[in-house]
Amino acid sequence: MSTTALSLPFEKRITEIEDTIRKLEVLEPRTGDVRDQIRAQRKVLNETVKSIYSGLDPWETVRVARHPDRPQLTDYIDLVFDEFVELHGDKFFGDDRAMRTGFAKLDGMKLMLVGHQKGKTTKERTECFFGCAHPEGYRKAMEKMKLAAKYGLPIVTMIDTPGAYPGIGAEERGQAQVIAESMMAMSRLPVPIICVVIGEGGSGGALGIGVGDRVAVLEYAYYSVISPEGCAGILWKSHDFAPQAAGALKITSKHLHDMGIVDDVVEEPLGAAHRDPYQMAGRLKMYLLKTLRELEQIPTDELLSQRYEKYRQMGRYLEESEASNSTSENS
Amino acid sequence: MATGKPPAGGAEKRNQEGKSGQEGKPTREKRGVPSGLWLRCGGCGATVFRKEVEQRLSTCPDCDFHMYLSAAGRIAAVLDDGTFEEWDGNLSPTDPLEFEDKKKYRERLIAEQKRTGLRDAVMSGSGMIRARRVAFGVTDSAFIMGSMGSVVGERLTRLVERATEQKLPLIIVSGSGGGARMHEGIFSLMQMAKVSAALARYSEAGGLFISVLTNPTMGGVAASFASLGNVIFAEPKALIGFAGPRTIKATIRIELPEGFQTSEFLLEHGYIDRIVRRAELKSEIARVIDYCGWS
Repeated sequence: MSTTALSLPFEKRITEIEDTIRKLEVLEPRTGDVRDQIRAQRKVLNETVKSIYSGLDPWETVRVARHPDRPQLTDYIDLVFDEFVELHGDKFFGDDRAMRTGFAKLDGMKLMLVGHQKGKTTKERTECFFGCAHPEGYRKAMEKMKLAAKYGLPIVTMIDTPGAYPGIGAEERGQAQVIAESMMAMSRLPVPIICVVIGEGGSGGALGIGVGDRVAVLEYAYYSVISPEGCAGILWKSHDFAPQAAGALKITSKHLHDMGIVDDVVEEPLGAAHRDPYQMAGRLKMYLLKTLRELEQIPTDELLSQRYEKYRQMGRYLEESEASNSTSENS
Repeated sequence: MATGKPPAGGAEKRNQEGKSGQEGKPTREKRGVPSGLWLRCGGCGATVFRKEVEQRLSTCPDCDFHMYLSAAGRIAAVLDDGTFEEWDGNLSPTDPLEFEDKKKYRERLIAEQKRTGLRDAVMSGSGMIRARRVAFGVTDSAFIMGSMGSVVGERLTRLVERATEQKLPLIIVSGSGGGARMHEGIFSLMQMAKVSAALARYSEAGGLFISVLTNPTMGGVAASFASLGNVIFAEPKALIGFAGPRTIKATIRIELPEGFQTSEFLLEHGYIDRIVRRAELKSEIARVIDYCGWS
């Protein structure tokens, strides 16, 4: 996958080394000296990638999560699942291309797959509104998840959205209401649900398909109550402060895991998913298989009460006890 | 998206929007006349007598515009006199992210608590509505735009759980221009799921939830409990929606239609059941309870 044209500013050094290697590789004749140089440069490349990616700041992580080459839902459909039978209908308004739903097989295990699609080409991105779903998308997701529950299929959702679409039609067709209903429905569906943030976990648009028994994020994905730009615009009065906002909001996989918001972080290949989508898909597949097998062992009643408790304990506040006049901090 | 910037999600704070929602709020001292004799109506712009406005539950005597009403004012307007019993008043906000923008969140909280007399943007408890016992919650849009952080989420969740246990009808009056509170980050977002999950259980148990939307109800509050009422009322001309008008305008770059995201707009599109004037709210709630409620 070429990253030359699309590389991020902090990847400049990586791109330079890659160019050097590319030039060496086409040298004729390929003498032992050239081979040694290539080997040496590859070593430098590995170390550079490792050192840059181990020190990404939150804003850089957001940039990686939005990388145009980053694998999307359709890539994982191809690389992770044996089969995908898309189901298009929301049975109400229209087929939202920002939300894809359908039956899928994972190593022979049947399940319902639901996820955002951002689009790879300009045409597809426009069709998908850059991954911003409309109410019909959430309605479709909800319908298909209910269908899955009826026939006992576990559900996997893949979250990758900057946020639910903000527009006139979206408001007219009940964006707020459909997201609320979707969360409420997901909290009670009697089948295992795994949610994975594969790129951007943008606010209510993410949570609308994000209530489940296990929630994971990929290492360089993020999950936030608001986009860093949106937050900066309101609190700093300028989008230019997005890097500060990204830091303040604590949106990286490590923070999310430390705070108990996500259950698991799926490690990405060296230099993030866009450098090696195959390896990323392999890891994601392993994670899904292992987690599905775990969840399938849990009786439904137990599953639902664990799911409730999982969200029930989220939140931090002070609780004064009247008897001892002491204050305890929750969670 | 022509701006190249991703649209903001539904959970942001929109303090510049729905300006009319600010009218009649306890004015910050620097703006002066906090306890003046006169008020300017956010609806018609008329200068009206404060006392008269207060007697009319903070509605304009000239145009019936529904102004800001505090949590305490809500309790007085909806519940029978002296019947309110507060639940979970011992919960206070904390600063889990050690959030700091131009100001530290900790300092912002203290300032808001001083200004409003509330610990956070919520009051909850039980009370009577025309002698029917109910669980009652209200968010106060004066406290960081009525946004939902951990305390709002926790108190409302406990309210819903107690309503389930005690088989009480549930009334929540929402006033939140802020949606999910940014300063508590992802914890705020998760409150949406937490309260919604509690409401799912309440609904399955046969509970009656009457959600009352007031000016403004936006973002993560609109996209969670506020939209999950079995019966949904809205006060007239309230601003209600998912994304803020400014965000929408910046994304689609066309003028928004007249009356967009108002109670009337929602009624027309089928998302609320009735528009109810503040003066009639109490009797309308009592009537619905008589039709559907546990009591």
